[in-house]
Amino acid sequence: MTSPYPILSILGILIVGLSIAALLIWVERRLLALWQDRYGPNRVGPFGLLQVLADTIKIFMKEDWIPPFVDKPIFVVAPAIVFVTVLMSFAVIPVAPGIIVSDLNVGLLFFLAMSSLGVYSVVLAGWSSNNKYALLGGLRASAQMLSYEVFMGLSLMGVVLLAGSFSLPAIVEAQKKMWFVIPQFLGFVLFLIAGFAETRRIPFDLPESESELVAGYHSEYSGMKFGMFFVGEYMGVTLISAMISVLFFGGWLGPILPGVVWFLIKTFFFISFFVLVRAALPRPRFDQLMSWGWKVMLPLTLANLLVTGAVVLFWR
Amino acid sequence: MFSILRTIWYVFLHSFRKRITVQYPDQKPYLAPRYRGRIILSRDPDGGERCVACNLCAVACPVGCIALQATEDENGRRYPEFFRINFSRCIFCGYCEEACPTYAIQLTPDFEIGEFHRKNLVYEKEDLLIDGQGKYPGYNFWRIAGVKIGGKDKGEAAHEDAPVDVHTLLP
Ligand code: SF4
Ligand code: SF4
Repeated sequence: MTSPYPILSILGILIVGLSIAALLIWVERRLLALWQDRYGPNRVGPFGLLQVLADTIKIFMKEDWIPPFVDKPIFVVAPAIVFVTVLMSFAVIPVAPGIIVSDLNVGLLFFLAMSSLGVYSVVLAGWSSNNKYALLGGLRASAQMLSYEVFMGLSLMGVVLLAGSFSLPAIVEAQKKMWFVIPQFLGFVLFLIAGFAETRRIPFDLPESESELVAGYHSEYSGMKFGMFFVGEYMGVTLISAMISVLFFGGWLGPILPGVVWFLIKTFFFISFFVLVRAALPRPRFDQLMSWGWKVMLPLTLANLLVTGAVVLFWR
Repeated sequence: MFSILRTIWYVFLHSFRKRITVQYPDQKPYLAPRYRGRIILSRDPDGGERCVACNLCAVACPVGCIALQATEDENGRRYPEFFRINFSRCIFCGYCEEACPTYAIQLTPDFEIGEFHRKNLVYEKEDLLIDGQGKYPGYNFWRIAGVKIGGKDKGEAAHEDAPVDVHTLLP
């Protein structure tokens, strides 16, 4: 079911993905403001929409400073990794029937692999910065992402069991009768929490917690290199939201409206949820984060997997 | 766990609250009459300068941003030859107003005095002096004080009796 015009899909998803990531800066600020009884950026252009443009111009004009004490090649490569890995993951996301860059039969595994690679960016950035705060941020990031990746993968296996396939379009097709969020509600909650940890968003933003670690792993970055981390983070939010809507909420499936619109609506809903959680929740302590991950989430995920497996086994 | 969900719900309910931001340049905030903003020098009801160049405000100023030079006119009235406030240093504490014995120096609710060049923030006497009486109408220092100036002899001030001629009291 790969698209007849792969170049068009690639370009479309690249452009739309990037512009959504850029727009998210505005969306997030406006939504945060809404939930804090403020207005947010509303001066530049209609509803402050041109703020995105202004920010982009500003960040390109900034001095791109490489401190003399850093490990230069790694320092330069690190921000690119996060960007590339997230963009690669977008390749397997089915936006609508036929609009997908590459319909891999192991699409889900590819997504998990790419999001695991993303951790290198953070660790390398923290390491090469030669700065104790950055290193602490990198350390936290590696511990956090490794432990949350374990049950992130496992929480999706319930979906795979139900759909009987690793291919994302096949998973969407399998939700024709019922969205997987109903039989896999626990899996959905677990994946959502893991998604927060994967994208390093509040409440799991310990690697960059600005109140304790300056800015964590990107303390030393400036200009467009910092912008890459930023865009990477927003692309990550978009990616996780898109994955949630594909895996649990039936992707492009929906009445009346065309598939793309349904997909975008669902994705935007979860992006807003990410922002809402940021507005509402404080950040836990690091030991709480780790013990929560290993002692609560992992057993829950395994139980979910076992029960789903048993049900599927006896059903068929 | 429940409290986390409740928090998220409560924050979501804020979508329907009124926003409390004052859209400043379009919508001016209400400032109390005693707000401490741009400083002015006022005049007495007769139109004369209230300031008697006593230097108390300059002494009270914690950042030392007031400079003035006292002089006298032909009537013997003291007034400042120049009076300079450097608003780039002023912290709008209002101590000068507290210290002033004649209600001459007053702070007003105007705070929009931004400039592109620092030296434009140095206000001279002609920038500070206004035509009105400011916050304290009807007060005239020279009409109350017992000092003698041209046009007002000793004993002619308000609430004052003419001085007693001690020679007439001799037995
Ligand atoms: S308001 Fe305070 S700082 Fe400003 S001139 Fe008066 S005494 Fe000085
Ligand atoms: S403004 Fe008031 S305190 Fe300052 S010199 Fe004049 S009379 Fe004295």
